[in-house]
Amino acid sequence: MRLLKLVPDDTNIQFLKFRAPFYVVSVLLIIASWVVVFTNGLNYGVDFAGGQEIRATFTEEAEAPVEELRETVGALGYGDPVVQRFGAPNEVSIRVKLPDEVTGDAGAAEQISRQIVGAIEAGHPDVRIDGVDTVSGKVSGEFRTTALEALVFAMIAISIYIWIRFEWQFGVGALFALFHDVSLTMGMFALFQMEFSLQIIAAILAIIGYSLNDTIVVYDRIRENLKKYRKMPIPELLDLSVNETLARTVMTSLTLLVALVPLLLFGPASLFGLTAAITLGIFVGTYSSVYMAAPILIWLGVSSNSFVPQESITDIQEKKARGEA
Amino acid sequence: MLDFPKWKRNFLWAIVLIASLAALPSLATVANLKWPESLPNPTVNLGLDLAGGSHILLEADQSEVAQQRLENMEESVRQALDDAGIGFGDVSTAENRLSVTLDDPGQIDAAREAILPWMNGTSIISEWDLQVLDGNRMVLTPTEAGLDNAITMAMDSATDVVRRRIDSLGTREPTIIRQGDDRIVVQVPGLSDPEELKDLLGQTARLEFKLLDTEASPAQIQSGIARPGSELVPGAPDGDYAGTVLAVKRLGGIRGDSLTGATQTFDPQTNEPAVSITLDSEGTQRFARLTSENVNERFAIILDGEVLQAPSIREPILSGTSQISCGFTVRSATQLAIALGSGALPVDLTVIEERTVGPDLGAASIKSGTIAMGVGSLLVIALMIAAYGRFGVYATVALLINVLMILGIMAVLKTTLTLPGIAGFVLTIGAAVDANVLINERIREERKKGRRVVTAVENGYREASRAIYDANVTNFIAGVLLFLFGSGPVRGFAVVLIIGLFTSVFTAVVLTRMWVAGWLRKARPTDLNL
Repeated sequence: MRLLKLVPDDTNIQFLKFRAPFYVVSVLLIIASWVVVFTNGLNYGVDFAGGQEIRATFTEEAEAPVEELRETVGALGYGDPVVQRFGAPNEVSIRVKLPDEVTGDAGAAEQISRQIVGAIEAGHPDVRIDGVDTVSGKVSGEFRTTALEALVFAMIAISIYIWIRFEWQFGVGALFALFHDVSLTMGMFALFQMEFSLQIIAAILAIIGYSLNDTIVVYDRIRENLKKYRKMPIPELLDLSVNETLARTVMTSLTLLVALVPLLLFGPASLFGLTAAITLGIFVGTYSSVYMAAPILIWLGVSSNSFVPQESITDIQEKKARGEA
Repeated sequence: MLDFPKWKRNFLWAIVLIASLAALPSLATVANLKWPESLPNPTVNLGLDLAGGSHILLEADQSEVAQQRLENMEESVRQALDDAGIGFGDVSTAENRLSVTLDDPGQIDAAREAILPWMNGTSIISEWDLQVLDGNRMVLTPTEAGLDNAITMAMDSATDVVRRRIDSLGTREPTIIRQGDDRIVVQVPGLSDPEELKDLLGQTARLEFKLLDTEASPAQIQSGIARPGSELVPGAPDGDYAGTVLAVKRLGGIRGDSLTGATQTFDPQTNEPAVSITLDSEGTQRFARLTSENVNERFAIILDGEVLQAPSIREPILSGTSQISCGFTVRSATQLAIALGSGALPVDLTVIEERTVGPDLGAASIKSGTIAMGVGSLLVIALMIAAYGRFGVYATVALLINVLMILGIMAVLKTTLTLPGIAGFVLTIGAAVDANVLINERIREERKKGRRVVTAVENGYREASRAIYDANVTNFIAGVLLFLFGSGPVRGFAVVLIIGLFTSVFTAVVLTRMWVAGWLRKARPTDLNL
């Protein structure tokens, strides 16, 4: 049986030849992402914004009457509701902000949701309520803080580990690549105003995990080659390392994609945001490992001397032990 | 590297077998099969976002604990000073401190003596600070440790009360967990209309009997200012005193903590739904004393700061049972009986987060999720076998065992699978696939360099392991931090990630190596189709 080979043997693509323009573009994309995040704002879901979210399915209609719902619910006087399609065309989520004194009061929140549901049912008897979330401002504030803390601490700890296992340049490179991935993902969510919820935080974490995996595979090969080819110029050595791991990169990304795409197409609506984010993350993460994490090593001055051969470390230690004992 | 003695093989297979067996009950549930009851059945809990149900986060009002405690202290101090025959004038509870002014500054030491036993109760920590100001004013300030202790105790008993109330509703398998200093999480799978539950938990059910302050004039009550020693309490909306305010004596009443039971009955005269309550022996005695000392006076029955009824005392009530009616419906009377019978909440609880997922959505999510994952898995298997042949088969079997082991370990550890947990699942599966891709690509490379089969396989595993190890350790660090700092859903992700990292290294690296080694030994191939 002839086996499938996605990447021909001995590729020699000069990935890093255009590292400078790619870097400029990437940095611009990072900046653009943050500009979009700050100007457009993230479409915080009920987890982070507080308020009440009602998910409903119109069982006998092909499409949910989004505009009409916006008017019906808006007329109830709880501010402008956010009405979004959610998964299938006949599924929507309706989000209203609640005054702070109401979110604390179970009875009042309940009444509001009943009122909203009642108003919808009046025009659409086929509506099925799939869920109601009420989050008070206090809790949503805590969610924002803990999510941010978790992300920042995880990224820093990861970089420190890579610094210890490799060299400080690699730690900086990995941190930069992760920052790139997180920025672009958030930028996408801000641009398309997709709902940003705690689930998306989990997706970003999965992206970080995946991108890191990729970065480490490339870094491991760079470390190996730095020891092996001590005279080779760094850009050439980086290209060699990326090429040597290319077959693996393509295969792994493709495998994950074939697992994710069915989930994206036929999976439950509630998983859509999560899968979409991870799918995007596979592209962004793979790109950042090659174009963000690797070239930064050139500018940070990695050289073969960064990795002193194992024997000499033991030599030095032995000398120290003998000399100073 | 490729040396697997028999004991090692048996050991590895035993691990696989045990972890995978633990996954069977969960799989049986998904496939709608009946798992024999005689066998142990650890099952993976599905989070409410997958299975449907209600999640409610309650927060206690800490200031109320302090307030309650101050009131109790005031009553104790008054009693103690009265018993010791020490005269006192002004008593104030402003600014969370209790201050008592003695008539005679000379009695300050005697007063301190009298109060001392009440100050620290049974606890070893000092609960109150006592200061003497101006020679005759004693100021009691609660210590922080004392207050913390009181809040912890109040939360413990609040959790018990919440559990009793939910149990009385007969809902199945609720989860009730204390969270942080002042919160309680309640999760009830399968409950899609939590209104009844919330009503029940929202009711503090603090029942009090207080004497009416008959000397308060209607004008005084109208002005909204209570006379010293009394307080104004509004009437319950459904009762006889709806819309009015009554003045009652602040102290000397009876609290509902001395209730032993409450049942829903009907008023024999009017046939209206009512609640009958029974007091314990101490409560009975106190109630008897209160009613015999105050015949022809009126007392107010107060529930959570609202007057339900204010009957006259025609004769001393010695039996310790009483009946309350207040325009109840059968439902509200039953609910009150449950709330009273399960004990009063020592603190007011408010709902600060609430999530409900309808059962249809949950079931649909699982179904379409399972189908999508099935299709995805088939594609992954096809791709792996197409690319790596025999080695792809090993990788696929390892992947299936990996899934079984994650499920099995989650079932045994009683962790919950949530939507974000599925993201963790995807990531660990990805990591497992990647490990095999790394190894196989490396073996290919080694073969290309002209290494002999056994050496190529050995090198492949050794060289690839380094990157696999580093990648997994970094993800493990991330997982632990996420677990420590993250909240609910992020934790759900972290748990699956951490378990999955261990199982994916075990299956994708250790197991496949054992199989490859076995094959190499038996078949002794001179070339690899890789």
